[in-house]
Amino acid sequence: MYGRALAPLALATAAASAVAFGLIFFYAPLDADQGFIQKIFYLHVPMAIVALLGFLAGGVMAAMHLRTRDRVWDMRSYVAIHLSIILGLGVLVTGSIWAKASWGHWWVWDEPMLVSFLIVFLLYAVYQPLRFSIDDPGRQARYASVFAIAGAAFTVLNFIAVRMAAAYTHPRVFSQTGGNMPADMFITFLVSLGAMALLFATLWTLELASKNAAERLRRVRRRLEREAEHTEPGERLTRPAPIRPAPAPR
Amino acid sequence: MVATALAILRKDLRVELRAREAVPAMALFTVTAFVLFHFGFDRDRLDGDVAAGTLWVTLLLATVLGVNRLYAAEREQGGLEAMLLAPIDRTAIFLAKAAALLLYLVALELVAVPAFGLLLLGPDLIGPLPELCALLLVADIGLAATGALVGALAAETRARELIGPLLLLPLVVPLAIAGAQATEPLFTAPGVGEDLGRWLALMGLYATIFVLLSVALFDFLLED
Amino acid sequence: MPALPLETAGTYVAAAYVVFLALVVIYVAIIGRKVGRLERELSELDELTRDRER
Repeated sequence: MYGRALAPLALATAAASAVAFGLIFFYAPLDADQGFIQKIFYLHVPMAIVALLGFLAGGVMAAMHLRTRDRVWDMRSYVAIHLSIILGLGVLVTGSIWAKASWGHWWVWDEPMLVSFLIVFLLYAVYQPLRFSIDDPGRQARYASVFAIAGAAFTVLNFIAVRMAAAYTHPRVFSQTGGNMPADMFITFLVSLGAMALLFATLWTLELASKNAAERLRRVRRRLEREAEHTEPGERLTRPAPIRPAPAPR
Repeated sequence: MVATALAILRKDLRVELRAREAVPAMALFTVTAFVLFHFGFDRDRLDGDVAAGTLWVTLLLATVLGVNRLYAAEREQGGLEAMLLAPIDRTAIFLAKAAALLLYLVALELVAVPAFGLLLLGPDLIGPLPELCALLLVADIGLAATGALVGALAAETRARELIGPLLLLPLVVPLAIAGAQATEPLFTAPGVGEDLGRWLALMGLYATIFVLLSVALFDFLLED
Repeated sequence: MPALPLETAGTYVAAAYVVFLALVVIYVAIIGRKVGRLERELSELDELTRDRER
């Protein structure tokens, strides 16, 4: 189901990324204030936007799961959130590097995007521990979906709150140009954003394909076991499973 | 449904009044925290942003204790399953829990705020009291909804004493932001509020969203 | 703070992009490991069903 979409997605991602890199390093003008450092902007901000959209998408998919009770939606929600958490980590690290290069500190509190991400990351860091601490798969999926929806709503509220607070302390924003970016910077930014979104979609599809395959394999195995019980009792098709925390919800 | 919610609420409150566990524990925690802050900051009196932050953060941390106890009775006596057997609207359970938590918080603040004024606050507490109470009340509504939801989420997990706080604290950051920002001018002599409207609006938005969300989602937590 | 000279700026920019690349590569590697496990399970089942047919 997912495998067929992978090839075109991966190709599109590769193409978009190539174009993006070309634009970033050979087309976009050098920022007057920040100099070469500003190139991180084309990495950090698209990552942040895609991660945010990923969390929101995870919430929407979770709502679909609760509505339809189809576990496929829960799997999709899990992967979206899981990917966004990884991207979120990237946002924090690249943001920290940018802060160090721009202002000499490895962390700044008056950059609203970075601070909001720290809080959102801290919240979603509990997502997987929450899942793994619930054994019953049906309940695990339901509780995770409730969390995902609340988390998505929270993410929006949190950004509003942090922004409001920052307005009082003369925030320094990574993008000096902010709203009125020159056209060539803006195009570069859009292409970078597109490439990042395509990358997310590709990785999402990849992980889902792998999870889906694992699930179906498990079903086949169980079916074979049941048949084996009817033909030859005592024949074992499975080695005893090693004890380890489930790497994914079933 | 309101009748059911009230019935559950009454039961919870009766249990709490008899056992006197949650609110006294929260109050004790809060006062002890104030003492810790005195030594931590090495200051006799706080004002302005430090005072505002100390008060709000302590109250939020105390809420974690309250949330912990909210479902404790049901867990220990298998009461939650029993309630589920009866044909009650799950929402009624949520409303009762959230209302109970709200009352715990209000009771806590009746003790904590004067204690804060006594122990740590430099400027006058009485002057800005009306504004402070308004802020606390709106924040408490949001806190109660979020706390009741998180408590239910954590209740069925293996590591509930850990998951509960870890979930609740990031979720209440917007309230901490709004509360501290709004309270800072109140705790700076002469204690006049600035921009209270916008922070109250933010807290109101938070409360609205989380009440609606919790009511919609709570059902899914209790089915089996 | 005035803009950093190109060499030091270059290091920071490179570091940021390398971090990003590392995240993607590590992610793909983990998925790859899962796929490897799937392949092993599949060949196991393959052999076992072949045994049963004999």
